[in-house]
Amino acid sequence: MDIRTTGGPATADEVAAVDGLLGAPEPVPYRVAHGGRITRTQRHLLLPVLHAIQDRTGWVSRGALEYACRRLSIPPAEAYGVVSFYAGFTLEPNGHPAVHVCDDIVCQLAGARPENGVNCLGQCDRAPATLDPKNPTATEVEPGGQVRLLRRVGVVNPESIDSYQRNGGYRALARAREAGGEHVIRQVTDAKLLGRGGAAFPTGRKWDSVAKAPAPRYLVCNADESETGTFKDRVLMEGDPFAVVEAMAIAAMAAGCAKGYIYIRDEYPVARRRIQNAIDQTRDAGPLGVELEVRRGAGAYICGEETALFNSIEGKRGEPRNKPPFPVEAGLFGRPTLVNNVETLVNVLDIVNGEFSDTRLFCVSGHVSRPGVYEVPLGTPLRELLEMAGAGNVQTVLLGGAAGSFLTPEQLDVPLSFDGTRAIGATLGSGAVMVFDGSVDMKQVLLRIARFFRDESCGQCVPCRVGTKRQEEILERMFASRVGDGRADVMLLSDIAQAMRDASICGLGQTAANAIASGLAQLKVLDA
Amino acid sequence: MPELIAVTIDGHDIEVAKGSTILDACRHLEIDTPTLCQLDNLTPVNVCRVCVVELEGARVLVPACSRKVEPGMKVRTDSERVRHSRRLVLELLASSVDMSLTEPQVHAWMDDYGAEPERFGAVATVAQPVKIDNELYVRDYSRCILCYKCVEACGVDAQNTFAIGVAGRGFDAHISTEFEVGLPDSACVYCGNCIGVCPTGALMFKSEHDMREAGTWDESRQTVTETVCPYCGVGCILELRVQDNSIVKVTSPLDSSVTSGHLCVKGRFGFDFVQRRLDR
Repeated sequence: MDIRTTGGPATADEVAAVDGLLGAPEPVPYRVAHGGRITRTQRHLLLPVLHAIQDRTGWVSRGALEYACRRLSIPPAEAYGVVSFYAGFTLEPNGHPAVHVCDDIVCQLAGARPENGVNCLGQCDRAPATLDPKNPTATEVEPGGQVRLLRRVGVVNPESIDSYQRNGGYRALARAREAGGEHVIRQVTDAKLLGRGGAAFPTGRKWDSVAKAPAPRYLVCNADESETGTFKDRVLMEGDPFAVVEAMAIAAMAAGCAKGYIYIRDEYPVARRRIQNAIDQTRDAGPLGVELEVRRGAGAYICGEETALFNSIEGKRGEPRNKPPFPVEAGLFGRPTLVNNVETLVNVLDIVNGEFSDTRLFCVSGHVSRPGVYEVPLGTPLRELLEMAGAGNVQTVLLGGAAGSFLTPEQLDVPLSFDGTRAIGATLGSGAVMVFDGSVDMKQVLLRIARFFRDESCGQCVPCRVGTKRQEEILERMFASRVGDGRADVMLLSDIAQAMRDASICGLGQTAANAIASGLAQLKVLDA
Repeated sequence: MPELIAVTIDGHDIEVAKGSTILDACRHLEIDTPTLCQLDNLTPVNVCRVCVVELEGARVLVPACSRKVEPGMKVRTDSERVRHSRRLVLELLASSVDMSLTEPQVHAWMDDYGAEPERFGAVATVAQPVKIDNELYVRDYSRCILCYKCVEACGVDAQNTFAIGVAGRGFDAHISTEFEVGLPDSACVYCGNCIGVCPTGALMFKSEHDMREAGTWDESRQTVTETVCPYCGVGCILELRVQDNSIVKVTSPLDSSVTSGHLCVKGRFGFDFVQRRLDR
C-alpha cells in the first residue's frame, strides 16, 4: 500500500514525540520498499503514538499524523478516522481546555452548570469534579469498616511493593502458582463469582473457556470504567494498585495468557501512573511471570464495551464488534481473550486465599452526606446502603448508571443482588447508586442522560446513531414546550427505545433508553 | 458436498451449507429480507440493522446478513419485533438522509414496513453541499446512510487504496478523506468502485450529476450495452449506459466472475475516445 501524504512536514517536536516512542526510523536504502507486513503489525501503537504527540504539542496536527502514518504504515484516512473518533484527541491547536470540567448528572447536583462540560469523570465522590491532566489528584480514602476488597485502600502505600507485601500482598500469587491454573479456575468457579462490569457473567466459566482455547491467548483487564456515577475501579486502582497487578498475574497464569493488557480510561491519570509503577516494581522484584502492559484510553465511553476495547488497543476506532464470535474465541488481535473488570479480578485474590465472601462495591453519590465507595454483601437492602451514605429525603435513585434505571421511593428496599434488582426490572450494572432528593430537576437529569448517549454513541449502527440523536431532540422539545402533543412524543420515544434495545449492535444502544424510559414512566415528569 | 445445517425459518425447515448466513437461508426460501449495508462481494459489516431477525433463545434481534447458521436455529423474520425494528431503522435513516435517489427496492421496503419518517417532526439531518472537486465523480453526503460499503470497496474488499474512512463519531460520523481534503489531494485513484457499491446515489458519476442538475437525465431513454473493456488483457465486463447516443455511465455486473463489479479508472471513466466526434 502506498502511503500518500500531502500535508506539510511534521515539526521537530512532533517527530521527536513519535520517534521517542517508536525509536528513530531506520535509514531506508534506495529502491528498497519500506512499510510492509512487519510495519503494518505496528498498527496497535497508533493510540500510544497519538498520545505522545498530543502530550508534547497539545494537539494532533496534520503533519504529525501523517508522519505517524508513514512510520506505522497506516493510511492517513484511516488514522484520521481514529483521531476524530476519540474525544480525548484534538485536531485544533489548544483545542482542549487545560482543565476539564464535568457537568454530568452528579456534578450538576453539586452545582456544575450544564454547558460545554465533559461527561462523567468518575469523581462523583468529590463533585463538582474537574480534571487537570497535568496535575491530577487522587481520592483520599479513610480506611475502616468491615471490608474485604477495600481493606488495603487508604492503608497501604500505593506506590510501594514492600508496603503491599507487608499487608498480605503476593501471597495469593504464590499460592496460585503452587496449586496450578486448573485448581485456581476450579476455585473461581466454585466461588460462583459473577463479573462486576455489568453483565454478571460467571467468571469461572469464562476463565475455563479461555484456558481451553488455542494459544496464543490474551488477558485484558477492563479499567475503562466510564459509566456515569461509577468510580469504584478508580478507587481500587489508586488505593491498591498492586492488588490489581497481582490478580492479573494470577489470571494470566491460570488461563495461560501470553500477555496481559490493562486498558485504563484517559481520565484516570493517577490510577494509570500507579498501576504502571506497580507493574514495574513487581517485575523488578521477580514475581510477575507475565508481560503486562498499560494502555491508555482516549475519551470514549464505548471502549468499556469489551470488543470496542479490543479495537481500541488494536489502534482502531472504538466500534464494537458483532457477537458471536465472543472474546473467549476471537478477541484481541483475533485471539482467544480473557477480559475481566478490575473489581472482578481483585476478588480472585481472596478466592485463592480462601477469604472470599460475596461482597460488592457500590459507588454512592448525589444527595448524600457521605458519598464514596461502599462495600456491602450482595443482597443488602438498598435502603441500608443509603443510610450508610447519609441519604436524607430520597425521591429517587438511579441504579446502575446512565445505562441503569430510576427507582421509585417504594422500590428502595430492593436487595442489592442480581436477582433482586432483576425482579423489579432494574440492574446493578456497574454499581453506581446516584441519589436524588426532592429538589432535583428531573427534566435536566433526563436531558443530561440523553446528551450523554448521543455524545458517546460510536455511530456505527443506525438504531443507536440516529436513535440517540432523536431521543435527545424529542426530550428537548417535550420539555421546552407544553404546547404540542406530548403523548405523541412519548410514543415516539417508546418506539425508538424498542428498536434501540432490539436492534443495536452493543450494550450502549441496547440500554440507551432505559434510564429515560424509567424516568418518564415512574417520575411522571410530564405532570411536574 | 459441503456439510449441511438444518434450520427453521418462519416455520419452514431448510438445509443450507455450513458457513451460510441466515440471510442466505432466507434467500433460498425466497423470503424478502431488506438489506442496505450488505453486498455479496463485500465483507458483512452489519451496521444498518435493517435485516435483523428474531432468533429463538437470543435476547436481542440478530443481523441476518452476518449471523452464520447453527444447527437447530429457529428464526422468525415476520414477527412484530422484527417488523418494528426494520420500520424504525428505515424511518430513522429517512428522517436524517435524503433517500430520494436510493434504489427503488428500498422505497418498496419503506412502504411494506409502514415507515413514516415525517413523524419525528423537524429534526437534524446530514444535509450539506455536494462535494465537487474533480471531473469524474461527485460526493453528495446528504444522501449518505453510512453503510460503509464505499470504505470497504476502497479498502481490503477491492481496491486496497484506503483513500476514505469513517471519521467522527455518533450522529456526526461521516465518510471522509484525511482531514477532509479534496479527492485530488487524497490517495484516491478514481477507480470508482465506491460509486459501484453506493446504494443511495451519494456517490455519482459527474456526468450523471450534471445531467440531473440540467434536468436531462432520463433512464427511460437509456440503453445498456454489455461489452469488454478495450484497455488491458484482463477482459473486464463493462455495461455502457447510453443516452442520446452518448455513454453517460459505466458499470460492471456484481456477479461477473472477472470483476465482481469492480473496475479501474480506465474501464470506469476512460470512454471519451469512443465518442469523440469529428465535427471539425
